Amino acid sequence: MNSSLSTPSQQIPPEKKGNKFTSFFNSKKVAPYVFVVPFILSFLILYLYPFVYAIIMSFQQVLPGQTEFIGLQNYERLMNPTFYRAVFNTTIYVICTVIILVVVPLLLAVLLNSRLTKLKILFRTAFFMPALTSVIVAGVIFNMIFSESDSAAANQVLAWIGLDSVDWQYNAVTGMFLMVALASWRWIGVNIMYFLAALQNISDDLYEAADIDGANAFQKFYYVTLPALKPIVIFVSTITIINGFRMFEESFVFWETSSPGNIGLTVVGYIYQAGIQQNDMGFGAAIGVFLMIIILVVSLIQLKFFGAFKKDE
Amino acid sequence: MDTTKKEKILSIIILICMGIMAFIALFPILSLLLASFRSSSVLMSEGMTLIFDPAELNLNNYEFIFSEEGMGYWRWYLNSLIISAGVIVFSLFFSSMVGYALALYEFKGRNIIFLLVLVILMIPFEILMLPLYQMMVSGQIIDTYLSVMLPLLVAPVVVFFFRQYCLGLPKELMDSARIDGCSEYGIFFKVMAPLMLPSFAAMAIFQGLISWNNFLWPLVVLRSNDMFTLPVGLATLLTPYGSNYDLLFTGSVLAILPIIILFIFFQRYFISGLTMGGVKG
Repeated sequence: MNSSLSTPSQQIPPEKKGNKFTSFFNSKKVAPYVFVVPFILSFLILYLYPFVYAIIMSFQQVLPGQTEFIGLQNYERLMNPTFYRAVFNTTIYVICTVIILVVVPLLLAVLLNSRLTKLKILFRTAFFMPALTSVIVAGVIFNMIFSESDSAAANQVLAWIGLDSVDWQYNAVTGMFLMVALASWRWIGVNIMYFLAALQNISDDLYEAADIDGANAFQKFYYVTLPALKPIVIFVSTITIINGFRMFEESFVFWETSSPGNIGLTVVGYIYQAGIQQNDMGFGAAIGVFLMIIILVVSLIQLKFFGAFKKDE
Repeated sequence: MDTTKKEKILSIIILICMGIMAFIALFPILSLLLASFRSSSVLMSEGMTLIFDPAELNLNNYEFIFSEEGMGYWRWYLNSLIISAGVIVFSLFFSSMVGYALALYEFKGRNIIFLLVLVILMIPFEILMLPLYQMMVSGQIIDTYLSVMLPLLVAPVVVFFFRQYCLGLPKELMDSARIDGCSEYGIFFKVMAPLMLPSFAAMAIFQGLISWNNFLWPLVVLRSNDMFTLPVGLATLLTPYGSNYDLLFTGSVLAILPIIILFIFFQRYFISGLTMGGVKG
């Protein structure tokens, strides 16, 4: 890494010339602008332009060779049962993942931080491992554990406790369960790390003071730990909500882009279907604008919360 | 005395609970590993069975993937390696410069640029996807490595991370280097970049993992089987009509193996890399 960075790049003008241009380039005033050039370029080309283009596209019918403005027609077309289904699925998914991915990692982090827990490093590593797999690889595994066959692992476990086999991928509730389970499995370890870092920042004095007041373990958790973790809980929830609305792959690994009765259709899946598969770019862009508004609102709410916390301190 | 006994019991209960949770976390990975040694035709028809005959285990799938017929898979592997290496080198190079300047120089427009970094952090990639796709089509770079790498080259999260890291570096070093006659660029490459090594390590892992596991964008811009990255290629095997399950399981194992090995050696950097962004991996 270092060797590749220490080789002078084209940004460094040849020293020999020593003319005005070189010294101008080398001045303390100009150098920072040279350093930020990559960002400016990528901002203009890879963010600003496509962003503006996406909004314009959402008012257009984009066909090869001819593109025309059609006003709000793409947005009017959004009012259809398939889109409602995508929004519904995504919302349920967000709610489930937020609850699971905040509560479970929080509890596990508290346990991992407790002096009563043995083998901490081993457990921490085990919880973190799933985060290293890609959604696709995780999907390969989940597909075979939750296969519809009676002999597949999940159905076998059901049989042991006396339940009937389930066609996991063919019904809305179990389909949602599969997506939530896959996402939770992959992300719990990462969220544990956030909470652990925050827990280790809580000063011991607070717990000692609580001890003097005669607080029990539960009271200490409720009155000391939880308030101290509030900012990180908000942060983790926000990320989970945003990532939830952007979900695509967790559905793709089970049904690609067409699930029975659209039980796996998500907002981003709908963008992909409309924009890439059906080449209906304008409509796809309109879905994208909708998605962006949701995410913007979530981000702003979070910023407001964080702002409020800063004032508290 | 009584409390210590209580604590001992409690700590055993915790140990059992944690053990169960750890088993749940590891079970899918272990079952994948096991599946790669089992007959793929059986797995396809029966799913992953919990009880099986240990005599069934064999190396056939691995022989298959390392044979002539597995060549397509290694092509995807190579594509993923090239793309991830490219993303790591270029994005670290560009993003570190930007973060460094934002943290350690006073210049007009600095706050605006930093604000822009924060703003684009909030823009979901999915809304930019269709226009970017059109740009790649009209620029005729669809189905190339470059088209996959471009959106990752100057990631706002990485810029942000480098900026935060550089805020903690001693500015005095820059002044003394200036007195020694070092150019502004020399200061960055020779004096400051070496101090940033831990952040380079964390970001290399972060960007490497993102790009190694990246799926949606490569799926959009890659068209020919020869250009597929590992996740896109593996996903083509995942169809219910597929008959390449032997490739699918061994291929999945070999796709996560290098990551797990790296993780064992650089655990600290993985954790700081993965937790700082909170961005979808």
